[in-house]
Amino acid sequence: MLYSMDDMFNILPTVIVVAWATALILVEAFLPKKYKFITIWLTVLGLVVALVAAINQHGIEAEAFNGMLVVDGFSSFLNILILGSGILAVALAVGYNKRFGFDRGEYYIMMMFSIAGTMLMSSAADLIVIFLALELMSIPLYIMAAFYRGNVNSEEAGMKYFLLGAFAGGFILYGIGFVYGATGATGLSQVVTAINGGVDSPTFLLVGAALILIGLGFKVAAVPFHMWTPDVYEGSPTPATAYMAVGAKVGGFAALIRIFVVAFPTLSTDLVPILWGLVALTLVVGNLVAIAQKNIKRMLAYSSISHAGFILMAFLPYGDAAVFKSSVAAALFYLLAFAITSFGSWGVVIALEKSEGKGLLLEDYAGLGRKYPALGVAMLIFMLSFTGIPPTIGFAGKFLLFKAVMEGGYYGLAILGVLTSLFSAYYYLRLVIIMFMKSGEPNIVSDRWVTLVTASSAVATVVLFMVSTPLFAWAEQAVLKLF
Amino acid sequence: MVPLSYYVALSAILFALGALGVLTRRNTIIIFMSIELMLNSANLLFVAFARSFGDVSGQIFVFFVMAVAAAEVAVGLALIVAVFRNKHTINIDEVSGLKG
Repeated sequence: MLYSMDDMFNILPTVIVVAWATALILVEAFLPKKYKFITIWLTVLGLVVALVAAINQHGIEAEAFNGMLVVDGFSSFLNILILGSGILAVALAVGYNKRFGFDRGEYYIMMMFSIAGTMLMSSAADLIVIFLALELMSIPLYIMAAFYRGNVNSEEAGMKYFLLGAFAGGFILYGIGFVYGATGATGLSQVVTAINGGVDSPTFLLVGAALILIGLGFKVAAVPFHMWTPDVYEGSPTPATAYMAVGAKVGGFAALIRIFVVAFPTLSTDLVPILWGLVALTLVVGNLVAIAQKNIKRMLAYSSISHAGFILMAFLPYGDAAVFKSSVAAALFYLLAFAITSFGSWGVVIALEKSEGKGLLLEDYAGLGRKYPALGVAMLIFMLSFTGIPPTIGFAGKFLLFKAVMEGGYYGLAILGVLTSLFSAYYYLRLVIIMFMKSGEPNIVSDRWVTLVTASSAVATVVLFMVSTPLFAWAEQAVLKLF
Repeated sequence: MVPLSYYVALSAILFALGALGVLTRRNTIIIFMSIELMLNSANLLFVAFARSFGDVSGQIFVFFVMAVAAAEVAVGLALIVAVFRNKHTINIDEVSGLKG
């Protein structure tokens, strides 16, 4: 027999999410209208069960399905991160979806499928599986973006995201085709063996790697492949935006790090200049254009672009065997810091959003700090964390990131990172000034789940900074299984 | 036998046509068709390489790509129909309420 139960057991968290989501579609269809809310609780239950299974898997290193999937510290770290994000995203969506009249159970089921795709991306060790996982992650996201039916902006966001996402998928697929042509294999371990043995056509390999980089650059929203991000983030229902900001980044970076660190370390001399330019552009454009934004969702979209630049920065010394371990750990830590801060800040946006896109402008936040001090302080913490000012986890993330980049010898880029962080302080702190110094009468919609997410994210942003040393040690254990 | 380089060249031409189509066309359906052309040019690449290596994994990949493309069609056309119902146009320039 080709497969055994051991294979299934090794990827248990993913199996749980996929099976649960598939069963939930049927359950949802047969639930009477009055009991539809059960779907939400079942989704959370499924995610919690998978989270327990993922935590339980910590420290295991194994292969499954003939080396198509790998379970290692890297995949278990990202599995825990994305499952936790999924639970937060459900909490953000419950009240919002009801308020705007599209509280359908399919939303949560689609999110579960997307989570399953992200989890598969973090443990995929074969280019076929990486492509399939990418599509499993992306297609439900297109649906979630357009979930607010009848709303022009949401439908437009879904269509734009779909067209550009599929376009990026085409690039990745074509790149995989060239890698296959150069090495004669799709499994990452065979690809490494073939590259180490010398390939007949190094051009094919380089073209393939570059095309994969472009495609994944679209997914993680790196400049110049970021055009879709502000439009999609603005038009999508805010909880969907909150989820895709984290989910798509986790999946994209998981695949990027896995493919390049495992399979293409020998190409790093050719690729590093390209990556350098990509990071510099992403940092500068993301942070500068964010200053000009008046809509908070667009501002946070550009902010997420700039954070993609920071994470990509950690990726630069990937071919350097001495440094890549700590730089991958820094990237993972930064993803965690970004996820927590991002969910909290989107929670504040959801609390203030009114129908027909009202309550999303920066001036709508005037007076928030005086009228609702708790919410104002929470938003202040998130903005400090995004900027990278202590005592927040964002500071720890940036500190470790710059340290890893300097160890790799990219001093110029580290300086650019610090400078663009200074620029970013302008638009993050401008929001704080609007909240606390300007007078206004904002009204928030009370929603206990959103309050819970915002409060717990704010607490976590500060508390995790205190324990950032053991947390980083955990990220450092999250090593990739190399072949 | 047709040499491998011919297939690679043909697939590169098809891919470039598809990418150009996405970037220059304004009709959403035609953009979508161009994306399908890009996916199929990759399929051609896989089949050509698989044939020259005498290896089946490239051919199997093509089946998966077809399945994924079908799933994308299902979602993509539904999104386009939803936009058309609302805006009565599928011209990408006229569907641009989101700007900044």
